[in-house]
Amino acid sequence: MSLYCVQKLLYQLNRDPYIRRRYHESFESLLKEYELTEEELGAIREGDIGLLYVMGVNGQILMHYSALIGQEWDEYIHAMKEGVKSHGPVRAGIYRLLKDGES
Amino acid sequence: MSLVFAGACSHAPGITGRSERADPKLREEFYRNLDRIRERLEAARPDALIVVAAEHFANFFMDNMPAYCMGMADEYEGPIEDEEWLAIKRRKIPGNPDLSRRIICDVMQKIDLAYAEEWKFDHGIMVPLHFLTPRYDLPVIPVNINCQGPPLSPLHRAYEFGRTLRVACDAQPERIALLGTGGMSHWPCTPDSGAINESWDSTFLDHFINNRKDDLISYTDEEVLREGGQGAFEIRTFVTVAGATEGSTGELLFYAPIPVYAVGCYAATMAVE
Repeated sequence: MSLYCVQKLLYQLNRDPYIRRRYHESFESLLKEYELTEEELGAIREGDIGLLYVMGVNGQILMHYSALIGQEWDEYIHAMKEGVKSHGPVRAGIYRLLKDGES
Repeated sequence: MSLVFAGACSHAPGITGRSERADPKLREEFYRNLDRIRERLEAARPDALIVVAAEHFANFFMDNMPAYCMGMADEYEGPIEDEEWLAIKRRKIPGNPDLSRRIICDVMQKIDLAYAEEWKFDHGIMVPLHFLTPRYDLPVIPVNINCQGPPLSPLHRAYEFGRTLRVACDAQPERIALLGTGGMSHWPCTPDSGAINESWDSTFLDHFINNRKDDLISYTDEEVLREGGQGAFEIRTFVTVAGATEGSTGELLFYAPIPVYAVGCYAATMAVE
């Protein structure tokens, strides 16, 4: 459920100008509306793209969040690679669908 | 009238958003062939264009994910992404709700198709329109096949959806064009972005252009994921076009891996008989 909540927050940020405005104006109040773990809250507060990728956030959602926080394309790709180095392989989600974990 | 045109092309956001980063010669050749699709589309004098796309969490999320959905709005808006990021200016795109409704009702005789009266186009539709209807004056009817959030509709259902869509189009008085847009092998927005399995793409394209139904629907999701990455789930859009043009073959105008665009870029048309 938790990965679902992280992705829902980022999905809504990507598509809804009202949620985006709240992200900029009342960030902590917005975060309270989603059931997020401390690790997830930390990753979002820090804009830690690498950790969010490792948690399993779909890249089609994550790349727009990366753009929202001002990352260029190369920075985005680099952040995910660094995330895997720091936190290990992707833990859940679409990139873990193969039985042997390869993707 | 009936279906008067069918084609397929890539939609990766890099095609417009990072256009300058590709080999200019290759990029121009690709753009030229997209222009050939545009010429063929215009020559068919369509009244509306159905775009079968695989959107990327612009309108649909895992809280309520339709396997198949068709737009039924008066107008649409896109791109939902940052205009500078995609290098396409945000605008309104005309729809045709009456035609949408008639097609949806006909398709629903065989396929449980969802509909949406509100739809924001992402790069999956905006990039093709940028090249194929650059004046944005042709009414568009968007279709989404869920290719992002498994469980996904099986390929044989995507083919059947195409067949049913064809019957529905042929029952309308308007001249209708159909475009499928999705990627073959690619690992978009991941650390493997830029990887392309060219031989897998080539085999798939050969099945598509020759409209070999049994081969097209034989791929399992696990095989697709292993050989083509999660981006290749979008082959459902091709399979739908093949179903809509069952019995016909096509012409591959262009294919080349362009890693900085994260996909093998292609342009194709199918005969409509």
